[in-house]
Amino acid sequence: MATKYDWPAADDRSLIGKRHNRVDGPAKARGAAKYSYDRNLDGMLYGKLVTSTVPHGRIVGIDTSRAEKAPGYKGHVNILNVGDEVQWAGTEILAICADTEEHVRDVAAAVTVLYESMPHWVKDEDVEKAGEANRVKPAKDDTKGPDLEEAWKSADATVEGYYGLAVITHCCLEPHGQVVDWTGDDITVYASTQAVARIPGDLANGLSRDEKIGTVAADSIHVITPYMGGGFGSKFNIDTWGIACAKLSKMTGKPVKLMLDRDEELMVAGGRPSDFGNIKVGAKKDGTLVAYESETWSTGGIAGRGSPPVPYVYNNEERLAQKARHLNVSTNIGPARAWRAPNHPQAAVLTMCPMEDLAAKLDMNPVDFFKKNADLTARPEVYRYEIDKCAEMIGWADKWHKRGDSGSGPVKRGLGMSLHTWGGRPHDSTCEVRIQPDGGVSVNTASQDLGVGTYTTLSVVAAETLGLQIPDIKVNIGSSKLPISGASGGSTTVGGTSASTRRATVNALDELKAVVAEALETEADDLVAKDGKVFSKSDSSKSLTWAEACRKLGNRTITGQGKQPDRNGGKLNDSGVGGVQMADVSVDVETGVVSINKIAAVQDVGLVICLEQCESQVYGSLIQGVAWALYEESIYDQTTGKMLNPDMEFYKLPGAGDIGELEVHMVQNKYDDRGVIGIGEPPAISPGAAISNAVANAIGVRVPTLPLTPDKVLAALANA
Amino acid sequence: MQNFEYIAPESAIAAAQALSPKPGLTAVLAGGTDLLSLMKERVETPTRVVSLRNVAGLRGVSKQGGGLRIGAMATVQDLLDSKAAAGYASLLQAARGITAPQVRAMGTVAGDLLQRPRCWYYRNGYGLLAMHDGKALVPSGENRYHAILGNKGPAYFVSASSLAPALISLGAQVTVAGPEGERSMAVSDLFQIPSSASERENTLEPNEIVTEITVPSASGWKTGTYEVRQRQLLDWPLVTASVALRMRGNRVSDARVVLGHVAPIPWRSSEAETALNGQAANESSGEAAGKAAVAAATPLSQNEAKVHLATIAVKRAVAMAG
Repeated sequence: MATKYDWPAADDRSLIGKRHNRVDGPAKARGAAKYSYDRNLDGMLYGKLVTSTVPHGRIVGIDTSRAEKAPGYKGHVNILNVGDEVQWAGTEILAICADTEEHVRDVAAAVTVLYESMPHWVKDEDVEKAGEANRVKPAKDDTKGPDLEEAWKSADATVEGYYGLAVITHCCLEPHGQVVDWTGDDITVYASTQAVARIPGDLANGLSRDEKIGTVAADSIHVITPYMGGGFGSKFNIDTWGIACAKLSKMTGKPVKLMLDRDEELMVAGGRPSDFGNIKVGAKKDGTLVAYESETWSTGGIAGRGSPPVPYVYNNEERLAQKARHLNVSTNIGPARAWRAPNHPQAAVLTMCPMEDLAAKLDMNPVDFFKKNADLTARPEVYRYEIDKCAEMIGWADKWHKRGDSGSGPVKRGLGMSLHTWGGRPHDSTCEVRIQPDGGVSVNTASQDLGVGTYTTLSVVAAETLGLQIPDIKVNIGSSKLPISGASGGSTTVGGTSASTRRATVNALDELKAVVAEALETEADDLVAKDGKVFSKSDSSKSLTWAEACRKLGNRTITGQGKQPDRNGGKLNDSGVGGVQMADVSVDVETGVVSINKIAAVQDVGLVICLEQCESQVYGSLIQGVAWALYEESIYDQTTGKMLNPDMEFYKLPGAGDIGELEVHMVQNKYDDRGVIGIGEPPAISPGAAISNAVANAIGVRVPTLPLTPDKVLAALANA
Repeated sequence: MQNFEYIAPESAIAAAQALSPKPGLTAVLAGGTDLLSLMKERVETPTRVVSLRNVAGLRGVSKQGGGLRIGAMATVQDLLDSKAAAGYASLLQAARGITAPQVRAMGTVAGDLLQRPRCWYYRNGYGLLAMHDGKALVPSGENRYHAILGNKGPAYFVSASSLAPALISLGAQVTVAGPEGERSMAVSDLFQIPSSASERENTLEPNEIVTEITVPSASGWKTGTYEVRQRQLLDWPLVTASVALRMRGNRVSDARVVLGHVAPIPWRSSEAETALNGQAANESSGEAAGKAAVAAATPLSQNEAKVHLATIAVKRAVAMAG
């Protein structure tokens, strides 16, 4: 049923769906945008964590006496105590603060913690050895669909292989942390967070558990995060260091900054679970997929994690016989945190790679094979369209060849592809839109911009609704005192905030129209706000500029409220999208070095609000994908239990010269009626599988596990 | 970072005299691209840092005699920008392999030679020999980047220098100043494989500084450096090979082959040189030389690939020179 809140029809959109520069871009480029790490308050102290040097043990002594006498020491709070157990090297034990950044490093280094060592295990890929160390537990054993034995019998071709990908981290450019200023009863927190509105309650709970602090009200806490430097799923909570930072601020009466160092960021503040496993897939001669069977294992640290949703995308339970077993390997490494589309990138590797191997065995072009089986997916029409579009962008028809580039010279070229899906349903959100007598318009909601374009999309929504331009809108987000909005995770932000903003803006405009109708002696329903004017549809002589219209408010400010969900608020959003990515790589078969020529990505997200910000999300995903496909890996030493590469030197990320050409196509004007759907996760899923498939196509053999490092490429070639 | 005294003397002798003869107590600061991070990580904890910034005569890259003089404070970028260095192809190729403009701008050529190993056990505080509870960590640990030659123990790290293989293959000399005066030696003699925890990977006394590097004329030599690197972004080579070939007609009459990142020292391979002498300089002789270079390699549990990569690096360096 149509409502006044519905998104404007395609012909009526002047801003929605078009490319707009990021409104916060100039401030970021100038350095005017202040991140939490940039906050330097008067009299501020510097905090630092003291973390566990052993991977597993019991704390038997904490000696801070030397630290307390060291220059600049201002205070410390314990996070763990004598008798507590640590389960990974880097576990937070206490937080300490000093007058300068230099002093706090020395002060922290002067703390001595003694441990009674306990047995540790940090290795995940060799599941037999992990089993011998008593670290393996069954996590899943699911059988679905038609009879598996019958399905294998009906298969004309099967492929059995080993596939996997290593534990990686989030490696946020701005590390986790915050500045806390506890003055009297008011606590101000400049937090690097994905959840501005959630942090007050989280911090209040954490503080209230400390008897010495007593009850702290969530409403005494103000979280301020206008800008933040990446979270990817790892920054939803205040964390031990946030609570400790607040306690240090209370204890010292000064603001305290505690941001993690890079090594801490990599060891304890982010981790994506690994996945390794043996996969068997079977199909008929014509390419019809009939069965998928997996036995996989992974680690997400000591507590484990979920399991990859395999078979992935191609998972119709009526037509595809499927069996998935999963084992959890418990390791003394930093705990897993949600990483952009949790479990999906792994599932894509464990599904799309064996599928391309099966296509090769069937002597089929993967494009035909993936399209042929599209009926096994939840959205066959979307995928078929996207596969064709993506193939056109990468030049598949001209460039694709059968497994193994037969060209001369050591550099081989290949193409590979992968499909993905994600939900991206909207989170709950409330918004207040204000229209001032001076014509000013503000959008107010306690959301946050993780760098994804929230400032821009909300500007587009309000400006479109009011017939104004993007610079006419002031977006206020990043403060917990604003109307509550959800955490930014799982691609839920754009759906939630665009809907609450649209509804609030329509409601505010209705109030303005009522005032203007009186002034123009017409009905509110007869008025339209467009092109910077408010005018009568029936009598073109009745028209006011936006400024003139607002002046009619006298001294009254209009406030329009909007929320998500809203049963009577129209259908503004949805969930469930599909995407396709294809990679074009070159592999030097003498050195094993893989380089990216191009990656093409086609993505459906329902209605696109701002094309440029949407595309930017995909570009970022592809760059991040090149990183984990080729370079990233958390490397642990079994003897010491330590992460050996908690730095940017051997925890390798790509530079601009390593990412190749990226081409993005957002599907527009096909599924716009579904409304807005999130974009953060979907494009982050496929790059690894697509790149791995391209390497297999180039060199003729599968490199089983990611990252696709030269030694693994050479080993795969040698074993062929 | 441990507190330290900072001084910046004006002569090389004064700098040497300000350094302690005992290891670990004092440190020399040139570009600081390595020393500062070592100090921040408390891998190095000097009580006095002696900066060379005010020492007269250490800067510049210039012609000297028929060859090249590189002052100890000349940066990698100075080298790349110098007209005097134009004839030293292999050296410039190695310098371009340091792909970070920041490091090229701050890091010195001498500092490249004297930077400490990148071994992640060493950088994580387990010492140059990577020991833990009396046991060597590398042989049974994470050794994908470690040595395949000269790795009988107790040292398993690889020399980190990007420029040493090229300089050694070009027959470069280094001048060193101590408290009592100067001495000169071949760049190759600057390096050693430590045989105990009391030794370093270089042969300098703790109170000696490098003052200059001199490279003889490369006229009549064909040279080339090939680095196997995973990324375009600043990345340590997995293996480097630098070759210098003197030709008689179409045949190699004198070959010098030096590998980097394969051993605790820049690894001069007489086997590869023998394989090249008397041959044409091309892929096929290069491949034979590469194979000869690693014939005696003893890879560790995870670095078998480096044996192959060394072969390829030599082959490609010869092809570049030829």
